[in-house]
Amino acid sequence: MTTSLIDADSLLVIDIGTAATRAILFDVVDGRYRFLAMGTGPTTDIAPYRDIREGVRQALDQLQLITSRVFVGSDENLIIPSAPDGTGVDTCAVVMSAGAPLKMVVVGLLEDVSLESARRLADTAYSGVVESISLNDRRRTEARIDLIMRLRPDMILVAGGTEGGASQSVLKLLEPVGLACYLMPEKQRPEVLYIGNEALRDEVQVSLKNIVNLHFAPNARPSLEMERLGSAQVELGNIYRRVRARQIQGVEELDKWAGGRLMPSAAAFGRIVQFLSRSYASSKGVLGVDIGAAATTIAAAFEDELRLGVYPQYGLGRGLANLLKYIPLGQITRWVLTDTSESYVREYIQNKALYPLSVPASAEDMAIEQALARQLLQASLKHSVAGFPAGLKSSFDGLLPWFKIIVASGSVLTKAPSLGQALLMLLDGLQPVGTATLGLDTNHLAPALGAAAGINPVLTVQVLDSGTFQYLGSVISPVGSSPVGTTVLRVKLQREGGNDSTLEVKQGSLEVLPLQSGKTATLHLQPLHRYDVGMGGPGRGGRLTVHGGSLGVIIDARGRPLQPPSDLGRRRELYRKWLWTLGG
Amino acid sequence: MPVPTLAPITHILPLTTIRRERLLPVPGKVVVRKGQKVSASETLAEVDLTPEHLLLDLGRGLGISADAVDETVQCRIGDLLAEGDIIAGPVGLARRVVRAPKRGRVVLVGEGQALLALQTAPFELKAGMPGLVVELLSDRGAIIETAGALIQGVWGNGLIDFGLMYVLSKMPDQILTVSQLDVSMRGAVILGGHVGDVEVLNTAADLPLRGLILGSMNPELIPTALRVSFPVSFMDGFGHRSMSQAAFRLLSTNERREVSINAEPWDPYTGARPEVVIQLPATGEPPEPRVALFFRVDQTVRVVKAPYAGMTGKINSLEPGLQVFPSGLRAKAAEINLENGENVLLPIANLEVIE
Repeated sequence: MTTSLIDADSLLVIDIGTAATRAILFDVVDGRYRFLAMGTGPTTDIAPYRDIREGVRQALDQLQLITSRVFVGSDENLIIPSAPDGTGVDTCAVVMSAGAPLKMVVVGLLEDVSLESARRLADTAYSGVVESISLNDRRRTEARIDLIMRLRPDMILVAGGTEGGASQSVLKLLEPVGLACYLMPEKQRPEVLYIGNEALRDEVQVSLKNIVNLHFAPNARPSLEMERLGSAQVELGNIYRRVRARQIQGVEELDKWAGGRLMPSAAAFGRIVQFLSRSYASSKGVLGVDIGAAATTIAAAFEDELRLGVYPQYGLGRGLANLLKYIPLGQITRWVLTDTSESYVREYIQNKALYPLSVPASAEDMAIEQALARQLLQASLKHSVAGFPAGLKSSFDGLLPWFKIIVASGSVLTKAPSLGQALLMLLDGLQPVGTATLGLDTNHLAPALGAAAGINPVLTVQVLDSGTFQYLGSVISPVGSSPVGTTVLRVKLQREGGNDSTLEVKQGSLEVLPLQSGKTATLHLQPLHRYDVGMGGPGRGGRLTVHGGSLGVIIDARGRPLQPPSDLGRRRELYRKWLWTLGG
Repeated sequence: MPVPTLAPITHILPLTTIRRERLLPVPGKVVVRKGQKVSASETLAEVDLTPEHLLLDLGRGLGISADAVDETVQCRIGDLLAEGDIIAGPVGLARRVVRAPKRGRVVLVGEGQALLALQTAPFELKAGMPGLVVELLSDRGAIIETAGALIQGVWGNGLIDFGLMYVLSKMPDQILTVSQLDVSMRGAVILGGHVGDVEVLNTAADLPLRGLILGSMNPELIPTALRVSFPVSFMDGFGHRSMSQAAFRLLSTNERREVSINAEPWDPYTGARPEVVIQLPATGEPPEPRVALFFRVDQTVRVVKAPYAGMTGKINSLEPGLQVFPSGLRAKAAEINLENGENVLLPIANLEVIE
């Protein structure tokens, strides 16, 4: 494509993470959009700065140094659009995950219907549900009022009533919400998002509009069988922006730079995963995982269907202080590959919560960090998969559905000492089934590209094409049941220009067939003992085209669900072998 | 040109001017005046954070329809009612009335209902350290200032108190045991090295102490530490870590002085963190602590993660580029001359400036 066919607009994306703020520049080089450079600074929403602009300025200063271009004018504002002398940028987008999780109260009629949908919607933002109120709640009205006033939530999410369904009981549930908000000081009142029976909108408006900032989105549960969160997610993003602008200095100004398009990083991450899903139209989905300091994010897209889950309780930062309330210690230590006591792991977790930016310098600390990554992925996926629509759930109990592509982000993965370690963390944490291609977002560009997709989709396509993600390889994970050592899969890899490889894969093993990046090959799979490789059912094989990656074609026949040996010596021996197979 | 790295700071200062902005979480009532001297546990402002309401169905109480209730109501919004005061009525031959079941203020009345806000114990915002009220912050709190020693910690159980300090640990890593605590320490603040046994906290609570300052604590004791009635704070981290020499030296040389412990949890967003303040006489106004710094050579730093966790040293050099560590990690690094004389290379991310 030539420049004449695209709007040759430069784009600056500012990504304000929990620890770091990045200024990322995309522009046209030789007729195609490219990721040009990135400047980083600390995120300065914390004391003593309490203003994100300080960190943004540092990131921009570094970007100016790297690119020898000027982005900030003498008035300290971003130069936008770019000037004829080459200063400034044409467009700007901002994504953000910094700040404490939003405190959210969810209100709904039935525990496993509207309340469940409200909770799932809350899971798509950086929020923690601090209380739920439902029809079955036996607390008196005044107790509910007191509860809301004591919790001082940032936001209340009200669901309930299918279309044409309940109305009076929904309005009854709103009573304590309205009264509590009325009794709170005006500046402390939460934002309220109504996603219930649409026929009640006028009445809800009359009850609440003079008391709180009231927002509406289409009914999240128009019928008992149907859940519809897409529009509500967009509205939630808008509310997130409003709340953050109130809480954190500088957000309002950055939102102006972005033309009012500041979005939660997780939503931008979800958008790029959906973008990939549409690009690779397939019956299988695309999965994105991001282990961040603020939260672990899971985005699963099946063409137009996006399921986003943001889990602050499973972040690798300050939230670790409460991690053991959600995950038993033994679930973490089962992945540790060093001779480390449970008490040290417990101390490590608490100290990491005190110093979330600290990094593992010793082998023992790295083993704990990687064990945490595995278990955080498992715990987040468990939540996420439970919310997948029935048609998209795996036919294997508790396992992932088929995914064609898996993209992983987060420095514990992308800055792992070796690609083999990163891959093993992903395979253990996700335990994919069938055939999937695994990629690493090594430069943490996925949220930036997601934000870009809403402004300039051509840029997103071209930057993705330019090898933004580091592809580790294609992974084949046969699923079935046989004793360890049984041959469960026959594999033949036909490379372009000859040099075929064949392999008999045994249950319990991890194998690699080399295939360089940029090369394609034909892979023939013949499962035995009714093993399933995702080619139409148990025992069914076939051939598929695979693309090379940094690690080649990986066959993970270690079993699903994977149970690491409880004996440390055996566990260490196996992982040493598997890591050696993956090149160290 | 490399961009300098911002350094986190922990203050361990023998004499400094300490200014603290103390704020209620929501607007309330400030109860001190400018220029007033306050102790650490004195209340600066208060607000009702745990409201309790009563919703009364007046129609049902009077036995009439909700529409007919309004003209029988005898109170207005804002009225403070004593227990037994009439809210509505009398109606009918039986002269039925609805009385306030408890003392409270009328916050809403109408449509056959009345909402009473009952009187509850207000949340009291404590000063957190002794000092002078130098500024009032309308409806929210005050700024307190004092001169003295300041030692910041990493974890606190949320309580505030003050008392005479007894030093029970001769070394900064010494484990505090039950046998070291006796009744003569009732009402005292204890300086210990490490607590690993829950019985130490239970015994301290039985005495009770007025405060416990530690270098480190077993994380399994968190629930107990959050339950005891006196402030517990530690300076260095979880696990058996030695208190930094600088903190231990400063604290132990102030034995038998009155110290205040504000064991509020570390909140990076507001900058609040647990700290010990020892008010000291000063001529003039000692310099205030610096709050923002870049890492540079010759700074005193503390290592916050293994290896060498809890040790202090000086920065010999800031290394260019990324260095590889035994874990395989590549990270920005500094060479540190540790207090034991050893020179080691450590990730900058695992350091904090002590000053």
